[in-house]
Parts: sequence; C-alpha cells; structure tokens
Amino acid sequence: MPPGFSASDFYYILPELVLTGGALVVLLLSVVTPRRDGLLLGVSLATVAATLLGVASFAGLDETVSRGLLAIDGFAAFFKVVVLVSAALTLLMSAPYLRVEGLRAGEYYFLILCATLGMMFMASGVDLITLFIGLETMAVSFYVLAGYLKPNPRSNEAAVKYFLLGAFSLGVLLYGMSILYGVTGTTNLAATAAALSGQGPSLVLVLAVVLVGAGMGFKIAAVPFHMWAPDVYEGAPTPVTAFLSVGSKAASFAMLIRIFLEGLPSLGGEWTFLFYLLAIITMTVGNIAALTQSNLKRLLAYSSIAHAGYLLMGVVAGTERGVAAMLVYLGVYLFMQLGAFAVVAAMRRSDVVGDELKDLTGLSRRSPMAAFAMLFFMLSLGGIPPTAGFMGKIWLFGAAIDAGFVWLAVIAVANSAVSLYYYLRVVVFMWINDETAPAASPLVIGPAMTVALVVALFGTVLFGLYPQFLFEHAEAAARTLEGIGAGVALR
Amino acid sequence: MIEAYVPILLFLLVAIGFAIFTLIVSSLIQSSRYNKVKLEPYECGIEPVTDARDRYSVRYYLIAMLFVIFDVETVFMFPWAVIMDELALFGLIEMLVFLFILVLGYVYAWRKGALEWA
Repeated sequence: MPPGFSASDFYYILPELVLTGGALVVLLLSVVTPRRDGLLLGVSLATVAATLLGVASFAGLDETVSRGLLAIDGFAAFFKVVVLVSAALTLLMSAPYLRVEGLRAGEYYFLILCATLGMMFMASGVDLITLFIGLETMAVSFYVLAGYLKPNPRSNEAAVKYFLLGAFSLGVLLYGMSILYGVTGTTNLAATAAALSGQGPSLVLVLAVVLVGAGMGFKIAAVPFHMWAPDVYEGAPTPVTAFLSVGSKAASFAMLIRIFLEGLPSLGGEWTFLFYLLAIITMTVGNIAALTQSNLKRLLAYSSIAHAGYLLMGVVAGTERGVAAMLVYLGVYLFMQLGAFAVVAAMRRSDVVGDELKDLTGLSRRSPMAAFAMLFFMLSLGGIPPTAGFMGKIWLFGAAIDAGFVWLAVIAVANSAVSLYYYLRVVVFMWINDETAPAASPLVIGPAMTVALVVALFGTVLFGLYPQFLFEHAEAAARTLEGIGAGVALR
Repeated sequence: MIEAYVPILLFLLVAIGFAIFTLIVSSLIQSSRYNKVKLEPYECGIEPVTDARDRYSVRYYLIAMLFVIFDVETVFMFPWAVIMDELALFGLIEMLVFLFILVLGYVYAWRKGALEWA
C-alpha cells in the first residue's frame, strides 16, 4: 500500500463503498433485466438504507482518515443522514412520477445514487481536492437528471442552463482554490488554517475568499448567483428539483462550512462580512420574487433561495451555536421542502402537468390528505408554530442574535413575515371552491408517494412538537467541527 | 513562493512573442497567389466532397465519448505501470477495481446499443 494509507481507510468509507456498489448494481440490472422498475426501486432503497445504517454506526467517531483527505466525524455523519434521508424520499416520490412520464428508471436511480455519493464526500471532505471531486460527482449527475425529460424543451433548457452556469461557477471556485493553494502550498484544510494563522488578510487572500464564496454561493443558490435556480427548478423533473433543493443545498452548505470555518478561520472578518451581505440580499430577493409567482415550482424555487439566506445566518454567526442552528434548520427544511415537492409531483397526471398554482384549486376535495399535508408544509416553511419550521427559525435567529448580529435577525424576521403571504396563498388555492374548474376528480396517490408524504409530514410535525432530538444531535455534530470560534468572533 | 513561477511567465511571454513574430514575418515575406485548391478547407489531405455545414449522425458523439473514456483509461494505466513495483499487490487490486467499473460502463453502453452503427 502507498505510504500513509492503511486498510482502516477502506473501513471508514464502507458506507460510501456500499452506495457505489449498489449504484453499479442498479445500472447493471437496468440493462440486464429491462422494465423491472419495482426491482430497481427496491435495490436503490435497500442501498440507501444499508448506507444509512453504516453512517449511523460511525456516528460516534471523530477521525481523520486517508492521509487527511476525509473526516469521519459527527458533523459529516449529520449531513450524510440528511442527504441519505432526502435521497430515500426522492426515490419514493420518483417511482410514480417516472411511471406517469414514461421514463426509464434504471439510469435515473443510478444517477440519484451517484449524486448522493458525491454529497457524502462533500460532507466528509477536509481537503479542497476531495471536496471538489465530491461536488463534481454530484453536479454532473444533476446536469443529466435536470434534462431527464428528453422530449420536454423546458427540461432541456434546464439541463443546458445548469450545465453552462455550473461549469462556469466551478471554474470560479477552482480559481479561488488554486489561489489558496498558491499562498499556503497545501490543499488540506487543517494545514491551510495553520499556514494562515496569525497572518493578516492580504489582497490575494481576499480575492480567494471572494472567488470561493462566489462558487459556493452558486451551489447554494444565494443571490446574486441564483439566476439559474428558478429556470432549472421549473424545467427539471419534480423529484429531481426536490433533491436539488434539499440534498444539493445541504451538501453545499457542509462544504461551505468546512472550507470557511475549518480552513479559513483567520480570515473570519472578511468572509463574515461577505456572507452577512449575501444573507440579507438572498433572503430579501428570494422572498420578494416569490410573491408574484404563478408556477408552484418557481415559487418553491424562490422560497428555497430565501431559505438559503436564512441558513447563511448560521455561517455568519460562525459560532458553535450558529452551526448547530443551521444543522437543525437543514434537518427541518429537508422534510418540509421535500414534502411540498412531493405534493407537486403527486399532482402530475398523464394529462395534467400540475405545477401551476391554479392546478391546486380544489385540492382539499380532490385529496384531503395531500391538501392537509401541504398545509403543514407551507406553515412550516413560513415558520408558524407548532411546526418544525418555527423551531428551526427560533434557533437560527437566536444564534444570530447570540453572536451579535441583531439587525440580521430583525431583517430575517421581517422576511419571514413577508414570506407568509405567498405560503398562505398556496393554502388559499387548495381550499378555493372554483365552480368553473373541471369536475373535481379525486386525486389517487399511490403507495410509494403516500409513504414519502407521510414521512415528510411526520418529520415536519414531530420536530415541531419534540425538537429536542434534533437539537441534541445537531449540537453534538457542531461540536466535532475543528477550529470553531478561533478568530470568527469578530463582530 | 511566487518567484518560482517567473520561468513559467518568461516561457509564456516567449511563446506568445514567437507566435506573433512568425505570423508577422510570414505575412511580410509570403507570396499570395491563391487558386481553388488552396482555398479549400483542409481535411487531412482528402478532397472535400460536400459543404462542411452538414447534419451528421448523433452517433458520432456517442463513439467520441466512448473513445475519450477508454483513452483516459489508457492514459491512467501508463503512470501506474511505471510505478507498478512500488504499488505492488495493492496497486494491482486498485487498478482491477478501476477496470471493473469501466467494464461495467462498457457493458452498459453495449447493451444499450451504443456500438451498433445502423
């Protein structure tokens, strides 16, 4: 074996290896036994479940393995669980959607699993190269998935837009990384932090921070790097949009925290200011743009942009509590956002696209269960008690105030108030009695979709009533992060 | 640190300068007598038969992509072969895993009919 590596390195990435193996099996099965979509879904779900078990069994570890490329710590485990749960829910809501659209399931599930694999490495990576490879694995899978509705021009547009802008933003990100490497002579984040400690901000380093910040800002869809999001979210297949807005965002936040909090704590003053501004404009622009949307997927796209703004508050705070609050919010966001997209996916029928706001008309009669679930998801996204979204926001805003960013919290609260308008507008549409609408045929929701909806609803309600579980795990996860508080306490 | 890059900068300047220099000199001393054959697009010495702006089969892309994948595979194997002694059994297993994954992709492409030209 090459120096520095040992057999235990393979032991620590066992969950990732299981996921890789499962993905390959799915791809092979899809060409060996065509048209066995149920089997493919079963294998994919079993793979995700086995990976989840592996990650859970590593939860208590805090190790840096593979010559400092990967950290197997609580922080990584938390994000891996978030990513895997969202992958499982995405797979569940994809099955009926693929059937309605008449799409091949094999490659689709394979690509979802590949994207998940990339996300897992983004959560674990503590080296710029590992993080970048993870990001690429995820992004390339998503470029293909966004264009999976081949005959649909909007889907093609989404894929091309996402690919071109994604490639460009990755270039910007790499440029920033290469500057960091040029200054420090290392790609390892801990070594970067050590090399930069005690060093004041120079022009080159500020440039690196701005470039890496811009590249990551694109991935989390922060304003002004958000322009791709509404078009891609609208054009991509709905379950892909759901996964993009939850899994990809969570993994990108993990990477962002690793790079800035673990790698660049000595530049805290610089990037705190940068993300402070980004957080404010992101949540404001996202919420204001969402007000006028008539397409449900675009509305949720802008809403997810606004939520990226809220989540950035945790990065700005830069404290252990800030990171913990962010983790809590991501754990909550996972259920409410995926749930909302599951309802949109469930409304897809062979003759109805079902992603316009007016398609929701009379949903309370067509499917009381879906309407009821959607009500909870919307209340939660808007941050109304007793839903999980409320608990998440309380923590996030509290962490910002705690770290001394009172005005940021005030702006966020004002933004939440604005957002209530469009979330409740969705609810109003569901309970409207429109006589001109075509006869309300009941919306039949299949078993896989029902499971996805129930799990999402369960998470949204449970973490609103009993948030302690999530709090404790998020706090434990944030504690395992290296170098927190060192130099980031600049107000 | 940054001084180490000075030779690269010099090399870059020389390369750009040489290209500009040769272009200017050749445009000054060349004789420009054009005829039909001279103005035709160069296609590896083969006489062009139709207009270059033509639709062609999307399969070219598939074949090109497969070619690139196996090309990269070969490129990856050369450095591995050079330090095979040091990597020993571990390196061999790693390479076999890599090849196995690639073969899976090949099987996929084959079953999908990407290699059929019809």
